[in-house]
Amino acid sequence: MFNAETITNIANAAYVVAALLFILALAGLSKHETSKAGNAFGMAGMGVALIATIVLAINHKIEPLGLALLIGAMAVGAAIGLWRAKVVEMTGMPELIALLHSFVGLAAVLVGWSGYLHAEYDPNSQGALELAKEGMLGIHSAEVFIGVFIGAVTFTGSIVANLKLSAKIKSAPLMLPGKNFLNVGSLVLFVALTVWFCISPNLWLLVGVTVLALLLGWHLVASIGGGDMPVVVSMLNSYSGWAAAASGFLLSNDLLIITGALVGSSGAYLSYIMCKAMNRSFISVIAGGFGIEAGPAEDKDYGEHREITAEGAAEMLASASSVIITPGYGMAVAQAQYGVADLTRKLRDKGVTVRFGIHPVAGRLPGHMNVLLAEAKVPYDIVLEMDEINDDFDDTDVVLVIGANDTVNPAASEDPGSPIAGMPVLTVWNANNVIVFKRSMASGYAGVQNPLFFRDNSQMLFGDARDRVNDILAAL
Amino acid sequence: MIIGIPRESLAGETRVAATPATVGQLLKLGYSVVVESGAGDLSSFSDAAYVEAGADIGSAAQALSADIVLKVNAPDDGEIAALKDGATLVSLISPGLKPELVDKLATRPITVLAMDAVPRISRAQSLDVLSSMANIAGYRAVVEAAHAFGRFFTGQVTAAGKVPPAKVLVVGAGVAGLAAIGAAGSLGAVVRATDPRPEVADQVASLGGEYVSVDPNAGEVSATGYAKEMGDDYKAREAALYAELAQDVDIIITTALIPGRPAPRIITADMVAAMKAGSVIVDMAAANGGNVEGTVKDQAIVTDNGVTIIGYTDLAGRLPAQASQLYGTNLVNLLKLLTPEKDGQVVLNFDDVVQRGVTVVRDGEITWPPPPVQVSAAPAAQPAAAPAVSKTKEPMTTARRLGITFGAAAVLFLLIAASPAALQVHLTVFALAIVIGYYVIGHVHHALHTPLMSVTNAISGIIVVGALLQIGHDNTPITVLAGVAILLASINVFGGFAVTRRMLAMFSRS
Repeated sequence: MFNAETITNIANAAYVVAALLFILALAGLSKHETSKAGNAFGMAGMGVALIATIVLAINHKIEPLGLALLIGAMAVGAAIGLWRAKVVEMTGMPELIALLHSFVGLAAVLVGWSGYLHAEYDPNSQGALELAKEGMLGIHSAEVFIGVFIGAVTFTGSIVANLKLSAKIKSAPLMLPGKNFLNVGSLVLFVALTVWFCISPNLWLLVGVTVLALLLGWHLVASIGGGDMPVVVSMLNSYSGWAAAASGFLLSNDLLIITGALVGSSGAYLSYIMCKAMNRSFISVIAGGFGIEAGPAEDKDYGEHREITAEGAAEMLASASSVIITPGYGMAVAQAQYGVADLTRKLRDKGVTVRFGIHPVAGRLPGHMNVLLAEAKVPYDIVLEMDEINDDFDDTDVVLVIGANDTVNPAASEDPGSPIAGMPVLTVWNANNVIVFKRSMASGYAGVQNPLFFRDNSQMLFGDARDRVNDILAAL
Repeated sequence: MIIGIPRESLAGETRVAATPATVGQLLKLGYSVVVESGAGDLSSFSDAAYVEAGADIGSAAQALSADIVLKVNAPDDGEIAALKDGATLVSLISPGLKPELVDKLATRPITVLAMDAVPRISRAQSLDVLSSMANIAGYRAVVEAAHAFGRFFTGQVTAAGKVPPAKVLVVGAGVAGLAAIGAAGSLGAVVRATDPRPEVADQVASLGGEYVSVDPNAGEVSATGYAKEMGDDYKAREAALYAELAQDVDIIITTALIPGRPAPRIITADMVAAMKAGSVIVDMAAANGGNVEGTVKDQAIVTDNGVTIIGYTDLAGRLPAQASQLYGTNLVNLLKLLTPEKDGQVVLNFDDVVQRGVTVVRDGEITWPPPPVQVSAAPAAQPAAAPAVSKTKEPMTTARRLGITFGAAAVLFLLIAASPAALQVHLTVFALAIVIGYYVIGHVHHALHTPLMSVTNAISGIIVVGALLQIGHDNTPITVLAGVAILLASINVFGGFAVTRRMLAMFSRS
């Protein structure tokens, strides 16, 4: 029927279709209306790619045992993946995504090792001879090495990110002496080893670079403070893409290269956005800059804060005509988003305009607050980004600050000496009244006191956010 | 210490210095409270209500001989004599306008605090009775005007024809003026306001009024928060403006006051004569001489051409329950400052500018006038650009942008040129894919960034393709490694798409 060459051609054609479907998948996410279709395209693309590859594998005369193992492994993996996807809580999404990145990293390492074993391990193997004929052996070695390196860094880095996000290890950055030297030194060593490996491939070199990369990945992420994990997760997303692309080079598979490049750009772009939103350079984040600068606790006297009760807040809200809610991750931790959604609905039924203002680095992942609010059934058209809503605070009667601290800190724009100076923030103090939900007057993660609490138009509502929101709902 | 609340002796006064609610707050500060019987009657607060709040009811003598006496109006001679030695008296004094009263008070060994001498700083706003009473008076002025006016304030389109909204002019946009603007606006009138201080334009607009300036350049930014008397040239332009406005508007409410001086005459008899019949003028400065020619203090008169001029001086007192409550709260806030330990003992601290500012007599010695207080740092200087740290980089110059682009292109060129044929295709595809990725990702909606991460994570499970190609070709170690890789990558693929689907399903429109 079909000869080997035809099947290869068909498979390649299918790969092109799959790549296009992946591009459409990403394009679909540009708007809410097309997002579900985009996800469907992605699934279709992956389906096409898998079928084409399995056909190709059969064409290459895969052994029956191998085929059985393939299908078995895929089935087990699918079951685990679907189960985890079903039970994960939205507040646990960042940890899950970090963990999944580690899987791709590890898979890339294994693919790299397999590539090595297929070719360079035995210079007389069929694989090695084919490559030598094309003059590609040296380049193949480099591809293997690079693939293993990126994959291993991604693997351990993502595991550490997962542990930090799920608070299983301390979120404070690990400050080894000469940490920058360690990072840069590892990279230099890697380049040297790569050159060596290309000239004379050696199993122990591969083992060595794998260990080096595993350690580098661990150290790189452990040195970054917990507050910067959103950038780190985007960064690791990017690395997992480049790892896939590197595997694509070593397997001469264009689909892997294209897809890896798409994913790599995606993570890089998201990291860039988040760094811009914090007004810090990417390098300073990666070098763990945030943790060091938390300066001496200030003795500056900010004045007195005013307190309000839940009943007082309910009165203020009932007589307001426009309300903006600026949530932070603390709201989700307190599981207050459902109460907040109910409050929003109740106020909107009374004719009050309610909107949400989301800071770009709110939450533990880009766009995380949006997902948490969507889970609580807050309609997405009233959830606005900082840039869209910052000018509207002047016309707003009441702002509710729930679980957010640094993202609404006036010191960022008014105090050049503050650790968060220069960071764009939500200018909530321009509104007529601000109610801050907080457990106590203790300062937040950065150790920076927030002058917002002491302004004339700010009032503090102390207690657990969820309890207070429910109290307000009862009083309304 | 005991606080005494006597009944107000001034004829026509309806307010009282404490309400049952503020009595409760005074008790929390550690004081005990004696209220003269019947003190709150005209404000609808019965003796029983005071008792329920925790106060004692006593005679006038008992109230006046307390350690601290809180009043609304300044005491008359009989009341001054009834005070005990070492007492503290708090009431409206107007020390600047009534020096002889101050002298009389200083003949007794008492301490006197004037509630109308609170410095106009943000921290002292909660004590400021001039503001709280002016707020009530401004609101009441609109109510009186509406009562006297023959038409709706709001416009309406009805089956019986269209009714135009009333036009209101508010002269002076201080506390009273702003309250009037707000009240008139909420009744539906078209409100315009004037004020010599240009910085109030935003405040007027925030209440729905339109700020009309006499001359855009002439107004001075005030350092004390009060208006100053303006020069003659300004006055001529001002007169022309008012003459023009008077013919147009239905209601004029004037609130112009200058501290320590008689009220400026703003609306002349000619302007009143030019107004339409049925118009109403409320002159809130009637007590200080009036802003309007023809105002009769404490009365409402009608001019020959049918314009009603209202000159009531007790506008705040016409809402006695409200005025007593706010005045009482101002007093409570003052006592909070004076009772830092909440133990019922007054501690007068002259280091605090507010306490220094309100003290007129201390232990029989005159301490008026106090040193001047700088009200607010902001309006004194021209708004200088804040020296904010701007870490935003300048946008790249064209030359730099071109340089980077050509540099990258050169590197790419060398890389591809130097590589063997098989690699060239891959590098080409790689480079193109990066560019496509950049443009496609750039359009993703911010709210969808988390689903984006999970879908790209699912797509990066494409590495399974690599493992699929490696597995099962007669090499056990490779097969094992590839098998594990397939398992891991499948978790990503299936889990990633499933969780993305779950998240996208949660988003809904309103």
